[in-house]
Amino acid sequence: MNFNITKEQILLQQLYREFTEREVKTIAAEVDEEERFPIETVEKMQKYGMMGIQFPKKYGGAGGDNASYIMLVEEVSKACGTTGVVLSAHASLCAAPIYEFGTEEQKQKYLVPLASGKKLGAFGLTEPNAGTDAAGQQTKAVLNGDHYILNGSKIFITNASYADTFIVMAMTDKSVGTKGISAFIVEKDFEGFSIGKKELKLGIRGSATCELIFDNVKVPKENLLGKEGKGFSIAMKTLDGGRIGIAAQALGIAQGAIDETVKYVKERKQFGKSISKFQNTQFMLADMQTNADAARLLVYKAAFNKDNGLPYSYEAAMAKLFASEAAMKITTQAVQLHGGYGYTREYPVERMMRDAKITEIYEGTSEVQRMVISAHML
Amino acid sequence: MKKEDYSGVFVFIEQKDQKIQNVSVELLGKAQELAKDLGQEVTAVLVGHDVEHVERLGHYGADNILYANQKDLDVYMTEPYTKVLTEVINNKKPEIFLFGATAIGRDLAPRLAGRVFTGLTADCTSLEISAETKDFLMTRPAFGGNIMATIICPDHRPQMATVRPGVMKKSEIDTTKDIKIESIDVQINQEDMTYEILEVVNEKTEKMDIQEAHVLISGGRGVGNPENFGKLDDLAHELGGIVSSSRAAVDVGWMPKEVQVGQTGKTVRPNLYIACGISGAIQHLAGMEESDFIVAINKDETAPIFETADLGVVGDLNKIIPALIEELKVAKEVKNQ
Amino acid sequence: MKIVVCIKQVPDTNEVRLDPITGTLIRDGVPSIINPDDKSGLEAALVLKDKHGAHVTVLTMGPPQADLALREALAMGADEAILLTDRAFAGADTWATSLTLAKALEKMEYDLIVTGRQAIDGDTAQVGPEIAEHLKIPHISYAKDIQKEDDGLIIKRMFEEGYHLIRVKMPCLITALSEMNSPRYMNVAGVFDAYREKEVKILSIADLNIDKDEIGLKGSPTKVKKSFTKGAKTAGKLYKDLDEKEAAKMIVEKLQEKFII
Repeated sequence: MNFNITKEQILLQQLYREFTEREVKTIAAEVDEEERFPIETVEKMQKYGMMGIQFPKKYGGAGGDNASYIMLVEEVSKACGTTGVVLSAHASLCAAPIYEFGTEEQKQKYLVPLASGKKLGAFGLTEPNAGTDAAGQQTKAVLNGDHYILNGSKIFITNASYADTFIVMAMTDKSVGTKGISAFIVEKDFEGFSIGKKELKLGIRGSATCELIFDNVKVPKENLLGKEGKGFSIAMKTLDGGRIGIAAQALGIAQGAIDETVKYVKERKQFGKSISKFQNTQFMLADMQTNADAARLLVYKAAFNKDNGLPYSYEAAMAKLFASEAAMKITTQAVQLHGGYGYTREYPVERMMRDAKITEIYEGTSEVQRMVISAHML
Repeated sequence: MKKEDYSGVFVFIEQKDQKIQNVSVELLGKAQELAKDLGQEVTAVLVGHDVEHVERLGHYGADNILYANQKDLDVYMTEPYTKVLTEVINNKKPEIFLFGATAIGRDLAPRLAGRVFTGLTADCTSLEISAETKDFLMTRPAFGGNIMATIICPDHRPQMATVRPGVMKKSEIDTTKDIKIESIDVQINQEDMTYEILEVVNEKTEKMDIQEAHVLISGGRGVGNPENFGKLDDLAHELGGIVSSSRAAVDVGWMPKEVQVGQTGKTVRPNLYIACGISGAIQHLAGMEESDFIVAINKDETAPIFETADLGVVGDLNKIIPALIEELKVAKEVKNQ
Repeated sequence: MKIVVCIKQVPDTNEVRLDPITGTLIRDGVPSIINPDDKSGLEAALVLKDKHGAHVTVLTMGPPQADLALREALAMGADEAILLTDRAFAGADTWATSLTLAKALEKMEYDLIVTGRQAIDGDTAQVGPEIAEHLKIPHISYAKDIQKEDDGLIIKRMFEEGYHLIRVKMPCLITALSEMNSPRYMNVAGVFDAYREKEVKILSIADLNIDKDEIGLKGSPTKVKKSFTKGAKTAGKLYKDLDEKEAAKMIVEKLQEKFII
């Protein structure tokens, strides 16, 4: 049982930390305040090969593994939850399914630009009437000669207004339920496809979360991902991988909050001494870090399983469930330990607390994770 | 090399645009002290063309002056200067050779030390002759200034050292001294011009970022109004630093956001941070508590900044800052005499 | 065009702390980095590689853990890496260090050698010029800009107030200033390549044409007689009842004591 990180990962961690400190942390407050997409950070990440870490070189990736990719999600999320989800949605939800289910032509045409940092990706499953009940897809895809015609809409889509490539789920045969859902690769410039309003959110405010609108969109037959009717299965498997990313995002947010709090309690003096000397502070911090480290083990075990061809759906669900709930608790405690100052925007912990909440909801709510975990057990 | 054959404390006299640089004159002062302890003489080595006031070298401590006065030595170039000084070392065999730790000195001295195979100690802040052993002790900062090291060069001659400007003190001027100027003639050939100077540009350095400054004079609400920041500017000018501020002064529009120090501003770690009229709220401390030396001036003796400051003065900054500027000017005068 | 960049792995002296009680240096946990001036030199070499297809080799003299610094350089885009490591090299002053590096460079092909102006631990700025002297090639220090022009280089050589624009023929050596550029980050694929596709060549004294008495501590003309810290940080002093002239005098005195002015 080897718990060590590899030589490459040691050097990568140094890279990730330097990059986060200089590029991500410096604009995190502004990204949240202005609700703006961190385009300059994404462009730099694209330049340095950070958008396709786990994909082979022949597809434009860095030739690395999932663990190395997850490490990056964790590191950037320590400074900025928004940046973490931008990366995770792109790599785990858009690039990954093309890698895992695409034809060689599709990989060359779509995966290479995504992995090599030339294009940004997004994933469209959720609809106004299909959230946790994802099977209730109302977006329709009708085959018409050499193309499908898509009609319908998606909501809450991360990266929507900046993405070039979208993995979209649509119903090709309503009569067979989930087995009638298919997955498609949609390009932003396809006629009839448009991006709708941007959501104003509690947290990850820099993330471009928008509607996708399909109005008789012509999608070439070659853009069907996998076989007709396999879309739901593809979506579920994709979300399994995405959960590891979100778990890493939640873990990063939690760890970032702890690190800020440790710094603060050493500086803040009340009753003649720094509040780090009070046992209550010490005990709270001990609990916070223990939970973060527990989450870390779950996250990296899930990544390890994926890298080694082992099943990981169950592990990913546990990691996502535990890390997100821990992040919510830890960030709330971080604000508490900062006292009144923690409630103001002068300190980053209130943003971390707002960012943490969504990790309990998207890519499968905590309730869904519990369903997955117990189904595995029973 | 036989150590006994070497004698004399030599100082390389740096000149720019025919003007002798201050650091060299400071070194003559130190050289005089060292020469006294060794019972040897001070020789100034000047390389240039038609340099002004060469006799000053004698007035400030040189017993001898060696002068290479040639047109092709007008502007500093590594190889010609190294060639000249190598001749000097081979002919005159100095015990010690001092250089200013300047952009020229730190280029010339190592090249020269490499050519004559001797030891060179950089950026010395103190130089002395050990009373017991007669060793030449060169003390200098290392590790980013976190430690001091005393270096010796036991078996090689000359013992070379570069010294920072402003560290050594000039001697008292003595215009009665008898000055001997000896001319050095070294043939500079085409192959000695190992590079070509296309352009010489003189310009002052551009405006600095507060995160790069070595000295920051920082103002807070206590400064009172934007005009008073002018006083901080004057003080900054006197100390070679720039002005920064706390959030309070930025929020009311007295200072721009780029110079804000603190949790929502920038984190700085200058050698010297003077906090004027800053209370020291925790958000501000987060941005400057790593400064090497913190001075705080505030009317309120209970201001939390005093808990972090190395030196705290309770008083009116509007009176203290002008007085401090005066005092600094006086101190500079004393040094330059 | 063949470029050799000499780099040094140094402790990040910005992160070094003094123990508040004993006043000694706390070296544990201080991260090791590529010396900033050297990293800028490496970036300048990589820019020349991007523009003119130069081949970049990084060379370092250090203990075995300097391998990490070389891997970082490879991950940034350097083509080859050489680690000069041997107990015999230890304790070297700038003369012995520059001689050892020069002996290694003698066996290599180069048009341009780049070093940093100075290391943040030694702070001497001597090794670069001394290497050039050992190799009998011209050197330009304090370089803020390097451009290739035909078979020569145009360098912006900085002084305290201004600069010289210099043209120099190769082979030559340049010492780089960290002000010259903002070094690129490692590339993720570059990190994997640094360990999988590229290798760090290790050289010891046996590979150099040199005697062990000429290098290391024995070969160093300068010796450290003693080293000491400036002392633990004492608690701050608060002065309350001084008039402005007294206060000003006292501040100036303290600043002089601390060598700040």
